[in-house]
Amino acid sequence: MTLTDAGLAAALGHPGLALFVGAAAVALLRGRLRGAAALLAPAAAALLLWQLPDGIPWRGHLLGLDVAPLAPDRMSRLFATIFALMAFAGALFALNQKSRMELPAAFVYAGSAIGVVLAGDLVTVFMFWELMAIGSTLVLWSEGGVAAYRAARRYLAIHLLGGVLLLAGIAGHVSQTGSTGFTALALDGPAHWLILVAVLLNAGAPPLSAWLPDAYPEASWSGMVFLSAFTTKTAVYVLMRGFAGESVLIGIGLYMVFYGIVYALLENDMRRILAYSIVNQVGFMVAGIGIGTPLAINGAAAHAFAHILYKALLLMSAGSVLYMTGRRKCTDLGGLFQSMPITAACGIVGALAISSFPLTSGFVSKSMVTQAAADGHLFAVWMALAAASAGVFLHAGIKFPWFVFFQKDSGLRPPDPPWNMRLAMLSLAALCVGLGIFYEPLYALLPHPVRYHPYTGGHVVSQLQLLLFSGLAFFVMLSWLKRTLTVTLDTDWVYRVALDRVVTDGAALLRRVLASASRAWGAALQVTGERLRAWHAPGGPLVGPWSTGLMALWTMLLLLALLVSGYFW
Amino acid sequence: MQQHWLTRTQTIRRLWVVFALILAATLAAQLFVAAEAHFDIERLFGFNAVYGFAACALMVIGAKAIGWLLKRPDDYYQRRGGDLD
Repeated sequence: MTLTDAGLAAALGHPGLALFVGAAAVALLRGRLRGAAALLAPAAAALLLWQLPDGIPWRGHLLGLDVAPLAPDRMSRLFATIFALMAFAGALFALNQKSRMELPAAFVYAGSAIGVVLAGDLVTVFMFWELMAIGSTLVLWSEGGVAAYRAARRYLAIHLLGGVLLLAGIAGHVSQTGSTGFTALALDGPAHWLILVAVLLNAGAPPLSAWLPDAYPEASWSGMVFLSAFTTKTAVYVLMRGFAGESVLIGIGLYMVFYGIVYALLENDMRRILAYSIVNQVGFMVAGIGIGTPLAINGAAAHAFAHILYKALLLMSAGSVLYMTGRRKCTDLGGLFQSMPITAACGIVGALAISSFPLTSGFVSKSMVTQAAADGHLFAVWMALAAASAGVFLHAGIKFPWFVFFQKDSGLRPPDPPWNMRLAMLSLAALCVGLGIFYEPLYALLPHPVRYHPYTGGHVVSQLQLLLFSGLAFFVMLSWLKRTLTVTLDTDWVYRVALDRVVTDGAALLRRVLASASRAWGAALQVTGERLRAWHAPGGPLVGPWSTGLMALWTMLLLLALLVSGYFW
Repeated sequence: MQQHWLTRTQTIRRLWVVFALILAATLAAQLFVAAEAHFDIERLFGFNAVYGFAACALMVIGAKAIGWLLKRPDDYYQRRGGDLD
């Protein structure tokens, strides 16, 4: 890369770099200095971000390709802001994490996510995309257990597959257009389809959604807080920038919404419930991007922003329970509201926000997506989104707090977690409610100008009816929702069991075939040996005296054979 | 161990009454606010209430059906060779 002095200064001012430096500092320092570095790095990233003017401060060349690693605009600033904020809240929550690898890995992960959303070209997107996969795998890995290690391997395999597809798509795009610029990508050929598939894979779209609920819940109590924020939301960002208005995304998004609800309803692991609900929430964003109008894009962007906050809050609440009790299954939990009131209250605020209750951030963001569907006269889509909104309250809004903090009394009486974890939860809870009431600052950050008012009487009443009667359905059908000690099979069964069976059974079959082949060969050799011995033994046909006539006949036959062969060749 | 007031049967009964009152209030409120209808179906009285309840009931039943097909004991993957090295 060639850089001028001013360019060098601009390059070093990349907000993602602040988190990379922070990662190194957190890895090397101990004690209070480590804590200070952990909180300062995201703050510095946010500060650098808000100093950047719109536009491209410098360009470079990498491997003969034009790159513009820093190209902030409204949309990228919105995502980078929430990523920096999330890195800060996550670091505060994770201060007591014993693993020395997790937080540095999380900062590399967050820094690369910021790198993706600030990138002005596809080459930079790809590089940070891969770095994100490595950072997140390390976050998962640093949990330290065998289950996490195996989940990390599966997770990495899926994301490397996504990376290969993305690279192939970008290579195709560059060779066709001659440009590396990251602009809207029409679905006009295999290259752009490859990019779309790779990005959807990271978004948790079908058919491989299972990587998300398979991997994330195996992370540590703090690790999953980081994991929930970045991978799926960078994918949402790339979809928004590259594929807004592609109607195929509406169907995919709606599928994700209902997939998340149904699987979460069947789930027993409290953090896997929340993992399924990530797919569900990203489904709303993907559907919004598919609708593609300015209101829908605003809605998807606002929802991504709000979702990162309340999902982190829910996972902090679940993480606190895991940290204090070491348990993660609903069947082992219950009644914790009595001794963990702050954790329970914060969990409930997060649950209300994810359900889009009025006065929470989810209400002011998701409503824009449903409104956009109505404005576009997409009746079926609108009905599906309304049903899905009810389903969110059912599977995450009530199910999570009910089974963890209420239901039966598990007899567990752990206190609330340490101060930093409480502070992180309380701050995010304040943001979830604050953005639900004072939503103007959030609307001001959105990609398009907003002319939308969430709090009309009719809207509030219809939303309350929808949600409260969903709540009634939950309690009426509670016996059907009773948790069981089960997992639900998903497409990951194909590579965890079926392909494994193909390989192990295939190997066994191959071994059997080889063994019987070698047995048959041995038997054949033995028979031939015995026959040869019999012929050459005293009294055998080749040893005894032959008559002259027979010898002459054989000689003639051989000469004839030679003649015939000479004639033809 | 003293029972927390929230877990007493009497409290729970009272909570149900309060909940029922709130549900009735949200229905009644529809009569007093300006209808915000994107589609005609929304003008029906209590449409969102019925739709929310029915949608949730359907999803619970659907999940039950899918669970009947796809649920396995939660050590399923541990007991399969696939998850072991």
